Amino acid sequence: MDSPPRPKLDAVPPGDPRDRGGKIQPMLIVNGLRKHFPIRGGLLNRKIGSVRAVDDVSFVVLKGETLGIVGESGCGKSTLARLLMHLIPRDAGELIFDGDGVGEQRGISLRELRRNMQMVFQDSYSSLNPRLPVEDSIAYGPKVHGKSRKEAKEIARDLLTKVGLRPELFGSRYPHELSGGQKQRVNVARALALSPRMLILDEAVSALDKSIEAQVLNLLRHLKRHFNLTYVFISHDLNVVQYISDRVLVMYLGQVVEIGPVAEIYERAKHPYTRALLASRLSMDPDERIDDPPLTGDPPNPINPPSGCRFRTRCPFAEDVCAAKTPLLGEWVERTTHLAACHMEDARSGHSRAVRASAPGARTHMVAAE
Amino acid sequence: MWAYTARRILYAVPIAIGVTVICFGLVYLAPGDPVSMLLPPDASQADIEFLKKLYGFDQPIPVQYFKWLMRAASGDLGTSLQTSRPVLAEVSRALSNTVIISLGAVMLAFSLAFVLGTTAAYYVGRPIDRIVTGISVVGVSVPNYWLGIVLIIVFSVELGVLPATGMGSNGSDDFTLASWSQVKYAILPTITLSMVPLGIIMRSTRAAVAEVLAHDFVQTLRAKGLSELAVLRHAVRNALPQILAVMGLQFGYLVGGSILIETIFTWPGTGFLLSKAILTRDIPVLQGAILILALCFVATNLVVDLLQTAVDPRIKRA
Amino acid sequence: MTDLTLGSNILTVDDGAPALKVRGYWATVAHRLRYDYVTLFFALVIVLIVLAAICAPLLAPFDPLKTSMVYRLKPIGFRNFLLGTDELGRDMLSRLIYGGRMSLLMGLVPVVTATVLGGMLGVIAGFLGGRVNMLIMRTVDIFYAFPSVLLAVAISGTMGGGMANGLIALTLVFIPPLCRVAETATTQVRNLDFVEAARASGAPTASIVLHHVLGNVLAPVFIYASSLISVAILLAAGLSFLGLGVEPPTPDWGLMLSTLRQAIYVQPYVCALPGLAIFITSLSFNLVSDGLRQAMDVRI
Repeated sequence: MDSPPRPKLDAVPPGDPRDRGGKIQPMLIVNGLRKHFPIRGGLLNRKIGSVRAVDDVSFVVLKGETLGIVGESGCGKSTLARLLMHLIPRDAGELIFDGDGVGEQRGISLRELRRNMQMVFQDSYSSLNPRLPVEDSIAYGPKVHGKSRKEAKEIARDLLTKVGLRPELFGSRYPHELSGGQKQRVNVARALALSPRMLILDEAVSALDKSIEAQVLNLLRHLKRHFNLTYVFISHDLNVVQYISDRVLVMYLGQVVEIGPVAEIYERAKHPYTRALLASRLSMDPDERIDDPPLTGDPPNPINPPSGCRFRTRCPFAEDVCAAKTPLLGEWVERTTHLAACHMEDARSGHSRAVRASAPGARTHMVAAE
Repeated sequence: MWAYTARRILYAVPIAIGVTVICFGLVYLAPGDPVSMLLPPDASQADIEFLKKLYGFDQPIPVQYFKWLMRAASGDLGTSLQTSRPVLAEVSRALSNTVIISLGAVMLAFSLAFVLGTTAAYYVGRPIDRIVTGISVVGVSVPNYWLGIVLIIVFSVELGVLPATGMGSNGSDDFTLASWSQVKYAILPTITLSMVPLGIIMRSTRAAVAEVLAHDFVQTLRAKGLSELAVLRHAVRNALPQILAVMGLQFGYLVGGSILIETIFTWPGTGFLLSKAILTRDIPVLQGAILILALCFVATNLVVDLLQTAVDPRIKRA
Repeated sequence: MTDLTLGSNILTVDDGAPALKVRGYWATVAHRLRYDYVTLFFALVIVLIVLAAICAPLLAPFDPLKTSMVYRLKPIGFRNFLLGTDELGRDMLSRLIYGGRMSLLMGLVPVVTATVLGGMLGVIAGFLGGRVNMLIMRTVDIFYAFPSVLLAVAISGTMGGGMANGLIALTLVFIPPLCRVAETATTQVRNLDFVEAARASGAPTASIVLHHVLGNVLAPVFIYASSLISVAILLAAGLSFLGLGVEPPTPDWGLMLSTLRQAIYVQPYVCALPGLAIFITSLSFNLVSDGLRQAMDVRI
């Protein structure tokens, strides 16, 4: 049977009516985002501290790309996802979607944002309403935005087909009657029901078996191409992020430590944390054994992070300047910019290993100090 | 740990205050105003005014509340309209009688329920389990006032071995558990009171022990070669805090809710005092008894809570 | 939107099995109940009791209020009085059948009312959270500080007794536990992912509560309420027993138990009958609600 030829990949189709900013305008600009959670304790349940979940995070998501966000547990990725989706209120910072501030007078309203940006949740037992058949779960969004029941159901069935589930077979099923991979396809369909331009995927494949994970990842790639989507893909799995991302952002303890194109990050990582993470990946090749763990110790407490650079307590290259000053990420310029928040990348930091101003780039190898 | 204890005690204070507010407000639920209950219906207006002033009913309600609260805190709960004796004395004497049968009932219920419940949990799903579950459902569904009557019919009317009512010829001032002639009066009320706690404690025991037995560490114990009896001992020890908590709560319930049984057996406890006060519309006694019983219940809950946390540190409610 | 071309590396997920008949949630519940003989039997008992109460005028052989000085306290099976007579010569069977009306009424009405009121309060408290939640739940906690019997007696006692006051008292007694169950369930559901997804799709709060939260909260509330019915029947009869509920000469099981108490030395078995009726009714509701709870557990 002849399959019809696949449409060509195009970053922004000419004449997308919802595109306001144009090709160069980033889809999302995040500036100085901050979220601290208060901790209450003591006799009168007063605030005795705060968990600094997201601290002064700034980055940009370009149209049509997939930005991968990696980090370990507790680095603030999930909080970041919810902040981007406006599901929790932010303490500080601005979020600019396609050139418009959200909720501002000249910007777009929150309701409009919802039609442009949606989220795919991790497949937990609670990601779908156990009392609704899955097509009703998918149809809920369109119904809320004004579509009639019939139209909404049509949209739901159409999407079920597009994610690879036959609506006659799966539409009226309940979540507990689906497998993990099937549920995740439903989650994707639900996110697409409002025809968003951008999807945030929070650990969308983390709970799936490897073979199913591969299927869902491929599905995501196809969907991105044909719906002309922009992805923010959050995961702790480095291999998955490498497979699907165009650019990668590395988070540690609520801050951005490195950002850059995927090839750059994975082959020429600049930040010691990123390097350690990458070195921790296990290989299938028995000759490549790791004898000493590249990263030791537990991540410090997000309630009382270390002064200056937060990674310095586990960094083999830490010096006094690392405790004194917080390293800055630097000025992001364009798609291929590769930045790391490390004093060794800043020529004027005073770090003994700092790169010289005239040198073209980072060293290729960083040898751990004894 | 101590911060938690302090916080828990602190938390009980607004609850206790709320309880006093409700107890105070109960009087105003009654039809007619409080003063008319104290006087014969043909009293003159002047008498009513005079009495109002005397009792302070002419003042705004919050002021009345505070005055009442202050007096109550110092132990003055007014005097009974019937017996003219101080309410606090009446209630505390009645309370000690109630505690006798309540404590007896809970201990009786516990000993039976503990054994049966553990057995049922051990043999989950088998006939013995179903029988025990059946007994606990019956225990919870039976109207205990009816059970009291049935027991009276069986043991007093038909068999004639136990007395039906009262507390013995010596009266409540001189009650000891030593002599049979007095203890026999307590037997039927205690058994009747124990029925509902039996059902509840049995159900809780079964659930708690069954849950612990399903944990992985039990399999580890068996794999290590421990005898079944020893395994059971370990499981029960883990479930004990929960069971004891239920027992403590049931004790609190019995003390507060014994009115029906005591009415049947005319056992001179707080319940009986309450029902008499309702009949004779003895408001001070009514108010005082409800206040003391409710505060006892709050105190019992608090103690049970703290004991449970002390024994099982996993449980910590905000 | 261009058509998605399904390449070979995307599996069209297909069970391979023929499209099985997907059973809805309630159908699953019904299916599970069909084989639970105990629950079914006692559900039948409840139906019979309710029917008997409704059709009382048709079933009762005698007028329940008709007294007779001659036939006082006759034993079971005496002439036409199938279950004997009470202390005023009234036929026990007729009074028992009519008494069912009162007892069922005093048991069901407070629970239904309390479910609606307490449930609403609990959902509001659970969904809004924060200060509102604290205010509502602390007030509920204060009522919790009273044992239920004490509270019911206190309220109806000070209000002067009578059926209406009894109903009010019982409703007030049952609102706190139902409020608590509703609040716990709502708080749990509110934090689940699918509720966040509904918020993420921009739905207004009312819609989220209606379509997503309520459906998942109703089940635990309903199950708890059904388990309260047996307690309500016991408590209501207890109030009548103390003279605080239904007033004579209206037939009511609790009241009958109380007035017959003096006569236990004369006709013990007749005097025990009203209590037996209370017991059977309460037991049936208890077992049926237990069976419903097991059948409605969605996880399995």
